Amino acid sequence: METTLARGAHTTAPPLLQVDSVTLAFGGVRALSGVGFAVQPGSITAVIGPNGAGKTSLFNTISGFYRPSKGSIRFKGQDITRIPAPQRARMGLGRSFQNIALFRGMTVLDNIKLGRHAHLKTNVFDALLYMGRARREEAALRRDIEERIIDFLEIDHIRHAPVSALSYGLQKRVEMARALAMQPEILMLDEPVAGMNREETEDMARFILDVRAEWGVTVLMVEHDMGMVMDLSDHVVVLNFGQVIAQGVPAEVQADPEVGRAYLGSGNVDELRAKLRAAAGVAA
Amino acid sequence: MMDWAYLFEISLTGIASGGLYALAALAFVMVYKATRVVNIAIGEMLMAGGYLFFTFAAMWALPLWLAIPAAVLACGLLGAVIERTMIRPLLGEPPISVFMVTVGLSSVLIGLVEMVWTADQRRLPEFMPSDPIMVGDAFLAPKVFWGAVVAAVFIAAVLLVFRYWRGGVALRATASDQAAAYSVGINVPRVFSLAWVASAMLAAVSGIIVGSIGGISSSMGVFGLSVLVVVIVGGLDSVLGALVGGILIGLVEALAGAYLGGEYKLLATFVVLVVILMARPYGLFGTHEIERL
Repeated sequence: METTLARGAHTTAPPLLQVDSVTLAFGGVRALSGVGFAVQPGSITAVIGPNGAGKTSLFNTISGFYRPSKGSIRFKGQDITRIPAPQRARMGLGRSFQNIALFRGMTVLDNIKLGRHAHLKTNVFDALLYMGRARREEAALRRDIEERIIDFLEIDHIRHAPVSALSYGLQKRVEMARALAMQPEILMLDEPVAGMNREETEDMARFILDVRAEWGVTVLMVEHDMGMVMDLSDHVVVLNFGQVIAQGVPAEVQADPEVGRAYLGSGNVDELRAKLRAAAGVAA
Repeated sequence: MMDWAYLFEISLTGIASGGLYALAALAFVMVYKATRVVNIAIGEMLMAGGYLFFTFAAMWALPLWLAIPAAVLACGLLGAVIERTMIRPLLGEPPISVFMVTVGLSSVLIGLVEMVWTADQRRLPEFMPSDPIMVGDAFLAPKVFWGAVVAAVFIAAVLLVFRYWRGGVALRATASDQAAAYSVGINVPRVFSLAWVASAMLAAVSGIIVGSIGGISSSMGVFGLSVLVVVIVGGLDSVLGALVGGILIGLVEALAGAYLGGEYKLLATFVVLVVILMARPYGLFGTHEIERL
């Protein structure tokens, strides 16, 4: 097993997820070029960067919606670059979406149950003929997991509500619940607190920490809220124009001259962008 | 003076043949719901089912208990082939392109039928009980009655399967949100295939019933025209709409045929279509976002 490429990662354990010089192009546009980082088991890893930096493209590449033109993605030591999205989900990559993707017209509970879909082996004939003990046990286990998730995310009061009737913050939580129901090894959260107020953000931050503590799930997230990223993360990857410009523990990234005090502090993205554009222009 | 007994009899016939429309409409809705493809060739798929049954039952003289499932399975296979060769390569293309492909598909199917079985009208072997059915004093043609019973049984089965079977749940989930379906491990392309296969099999069942009532011919796809009216009236993506629309159109056709004359049947259904579209552009039970075509 190769050692981690991540700068500032203080462990030599084999990474759970290894992204290796991934390049993704849409026609002539390079969304990602040579992106590489590693996610250590049990860590909270955050990908940050200005709008259009390629964060969501990176997420979609990791979960299998896009296929990179170069590079590889390894999960649990296995190369998954060519494996289709549904199978990656079954292998243990659970995710949420930036623009919530819930099954509208279904209830909260139905949505969560569908998260278990990946692990069910029964077909229609089993369902009709095989009502034995193993099946009942499986059903019980399943209910148990569902109940734990519902309790954990404090969504008991809305379990029978249709998801489309819920507030934005609650929908995000249901999405997370559905991803957890898959019993993933890595929970991928795309902007978990975007559009949330302070209270909701704090709730979500607590859930993310508890997910790791209580469920032992590794977290990989894309997030804009710098306060939250710096507080929660063990490892931060900074993307800009599809490239990793810095990575390391939060303090290192914050101190990195290339990331820029302005970008992390007051959120002055334009300055950084202008600088990088100038640099790219000179290089070209 | 209104003849109530006559009206009752006509209405019964209308509801019974509406059951057939509902079954065929269900076949259409299944594909539309899962894949957002408007399958204009639904009538021709019915026809294919009818001819396959004809081949197995009349030409190869297989016993009925074998010929019917064989025709349904063969039509399901046809659905799979259509999905793989014509629909899947167009994944991500504009809906109008896929729509046009199904227009082409209907011509291809008609052509194939005329090449293989000629354009002559054929009769399917008799297999439904022929004792007249009496509801009170009203007479109901046995074929229409038994056709409606079979349709009702299949509709109920489909509803149950899609409520409780995992594949049915996957189909509903895919219809609701594809990205989310992918992310929970649902194999979306396989769901698309499943929808086409199930739809083709339902179409085959309808085709066998329709064919045994009125015979089969290469112009049998016209039945699909009424089915399209049914699904547009009901709302393209609504199962309930397919059922209610089917009964409604069946009733309208029967009443128009009895009181105005057979040539007014289609006119009446299209008048209903126009009126409903003016009042509810998405159909009776349709989702309010389907306005692309």
